[in-house]
Amino acid sequence: MKSLIRMNAKTALAIAGIAAAALCTPLASTAQTKGAAAGKGEQFFPVLVYRTGAYGPNGTPWANGYVDYLKLVNAQGGINGVRITFEECETGYDTARSVECYERLKSRPNAAVFQPLSTGATFAITDKAPTDKIPIITAGYGRSESVEGEVFPWNFPLLGTYWTAADVLVQHLGKLNGGLDKLKGKKIALIYHDSPYGKEPIPLLTERSKLHGFQLTTIPVTHPGVEQKAAWLQIRQLRPDYVVLWGWGVMNSTAIREAVATGFPRDKMFGGWWSAAEPDVTPVGADAKGYNGMAYQHGAGRSKVHQDILNLVHAKGQGTGPADEVGSVLYNRGLISAMLGVEAVRQAQLRYGVRPLTGEEVRYGLENLNIDAKRIDALGLAGVIRPLATNCRDHEGSRWARVHTWDGTKWSFSSDWYEADSQIIKPMIRDAAARYVTEKKITRRSCEAEMTAAAKAAPAATPAKTAPAAPAKAVPAAKK
Amino acid sequence: MLYRENGQFKTSYVEDQQILPIVQDRWFMLALLAFAYIGLPLIASDYTFRALIVPFLILAIAAIGLNILVGYCGQISLGTAAFMAVGAYAAYNIVIRAPVLNFIVVLVLAGGVAAVVGVLFGIPSLRIKGLYLAVATLAAQFFVDWMFARVKWFTNYSSSGSVSTAPIEMFGWAVESALDKYLFVLTIAVVLTLAAKNLVRGHIGRSWMAMRDMDVAAEVIGIRPLYAKLSAFAVSSFYAGIAGALWGFVHLGAWEPLAFNINLSLNLLFMIIIGGMGSLLGAYFGAAFIVLLPILLNQVPGWFGIPISTALASHLELIIFGSLIVFFLIAEPHGLARLWAIGKEKLRLWPFPH
Repeated sequence: MKSLIRMNAKTALAIAGIAAAALCTPLASTAQTKGAAAGKGEQFFPVLVYRTGAYGPNGTPWANGYVDYLKLVNAQGGINGVRITFEECETGYDTARSVECYERLKSRPNAAVFQPLSTGATFAITDKAPTDKIPIITAGYGRSESVEGEVFPWNFPLLGTYWTAADVLVQHLGKLNGGLDKLKGKKIALIYHDSPYGKEPIPLLTERSKLHGFQLTTIPVTHPGVEQKAAWLQIRQLRPDYVVLWGWGVMNSTAIREAVATGFPRDKMFGGWWSAAEPDVTPVGADAKGYNGMAYQHGAGRSKVHQDILNLVHAKGQGTGPADEVGSVLYNRGLISAMLGVEAVRQAQLRYGVRPLTGEEVRYGLENLNIDAKRIDALGLAGVIRPLATNCRDHEGSRWARVHTWDGTKWSFSSDWYEADSQIIKPMIRDAAARYVTEKKITRRSCEAEMTAAAKAAPAATPAKTAPAAPAKAVPAAKK
Repeated sequence: MLYRENGQFKTSYVEDQQILPIVQDRWFMLALLAFAYIGLPLIASDYTFRALIVPFLILAIAAIGLNILVGYCGQISLGTAAFMAVGAYAAYNIVIRAPVLNFIVVLVLAGGVAAVVGVLFGIPSLRIKGLYLAVATLAAQFFVDWMFARVKWFTNYSSSGSVSTAPIEMFGWAVESALDKYLFVLTIAVVLTLAAKNLVRGHIGRSWMAMRDMDVAAEVIGIRPLYAKLSAFAVSSFYAGIAGALWGFVHLGAWEPLAFNINLSLNLLFMIIIGGMGSLLGAYFGAAFIVLLPILLNQVPGWFGIPISTALASHLELIIFGSLIVFFLIAEPHGLARLWAIGKEKLRLWPFPH
């Protein structure tokens, strides 16, 4: 009897505690901002990561690179003196949990930009961005049609979308065969993660297969991708000339292992740029040698910025991950993703003044990014990425990519630069964006009108004083 | 002392049959509703609504649905998320193909479609029982996952297989802000809970419970198993369908088939096991436990300023969450709702227990 009563009291307490905690969350979490007392006077970078779960091995180096770069900027004095604060939130690559993280971090003062590192989460957050007025960078993933800034003012798939990746890949296969026309009659199998991420390249590959007459077979693999026997049985029967792998996390190494078991030559396998990093090949060991993958501009390897990170961050014991991870493929991608966010803030500061900026102001910076060769040198990224410039109509900035190959110990480039064919991609973007407009019942903003308005306003006032023009009004308004 | 029904005499059948026969319970319920409708909007933040309470309420609706099937009718189902998916995609297709319909109508239709699918997959329950039935409902889960990923018509030929929804608007009210969403979902939850309460205490609910307790005996006293079992599947899937439509339209806004995968089905089953089988209150307790607790555990180190890494925090979250499940199941195998009931019993005797 007595024990039951006590149990009750405890449970009641527990329940009350949970309820109280739930209500106090907003209060408590504001006090939590890392670094100094409050977010005032600092630029906040929300960091959505996944360091655990089936995708953890790939999510972790990305997160470490991202955070290390933010730490480096702080070590070098911040963004023109404005210090960066950041907070990580673990999503586990789960859409519902990503939304929770997004809601948790979006209300911090001066939250600059979100980078969800998940195509599923990008779809959900894209919906919320216009109301919350915080831009989203999806560097190398996300919705391919979000390149269209008139329809997706808040999305920035910088430096390449899945369509860019798939297009470059087909160009490379064409080159290997001595011309795109030689692809006629070839069999290409796409093994993809059965999610929006994996399905994104299909429209482009289909388009290209019609154009060049190769036979495309698409083979889905269910999340998390550790069971691929059926898929590889199909490969065994089909005997394709090339296998294109569009996986993520453990799915990649499993696929390469299955290729070994099936006897499919690794040098005929090409991964997308999320299927071509160290965690994908090292578990397979020596058998992975010869496996190819797309490089999202950068590959593996260290440049000046890595030396700075090692000297200014890791040497002081501030490194986020192990030091030998610095310079690996996904680490570099995290680093470059963070760099893009920081550069956007820098660009926006030119207009709004050197102070912590709101998400809406950072959006302006993202839409007017111009990272030229000189700037890339200054960033210590010479040879790693190519110059990029965005505008209202083009939120991608640059459509170049390379192919790299695993030689058993490291990734090294095995192709020159290719530029994705705008002739093919642009009409696809236009159609897909138009569909989105009708589906979501939003109104397009007009880039032309904004540009003329900006041109008119420019001579009247100094850049720093100009009132924030159109973006605020351009938000897709719900039909009233 | 306060919680005592001495002196409350029922003088008519109506009084005797009301949902909350004890005056204190009625006041408590009124106070709870007043708090939910007036108090909470005053104090809670956007984050609390969007990330905690809205998903909690939606999953509580789904858990009520599952509880009707498992807790009241005794038919174990592992396919709840599939029925939620049916509801979500049905609502999506109704909205894009018949945009004139009011969203309430859409919700009811979506629930109806889910109910039909639920009945179809409930047919095996007439022949197989227990764990075997659970495996059969697993087929629903995989079939539905497959269908929405493969049949492009359902996703309106979206290239990525992901669908996104337009904001909800009805009677000139755009359900957009966190508070709007909360009030909308809360109202639906209240209405559906009330409906469920009346169903389970009526003759149909009694036939479900008879089925659950002993199907042969139930048949002997004249309850038709076909009708009882399939109606439980229909009502349960109706609830799941509405919850699914809300999950897609109100909570996520854009989703992919993966949003309704087997994990969600299992989570819902855990909710009613931990919350309490055969109790509507248990569905709420269970949903709170499964939805809110991990998120709170994840944030606890931050509140105290303990600098631990994100990975460690999320591993700790899993460890503590798992141990709490074990703890509660050992402390009270009949779920949190049973603890609540024991608490009320004790309160009647307090402060002079005998």
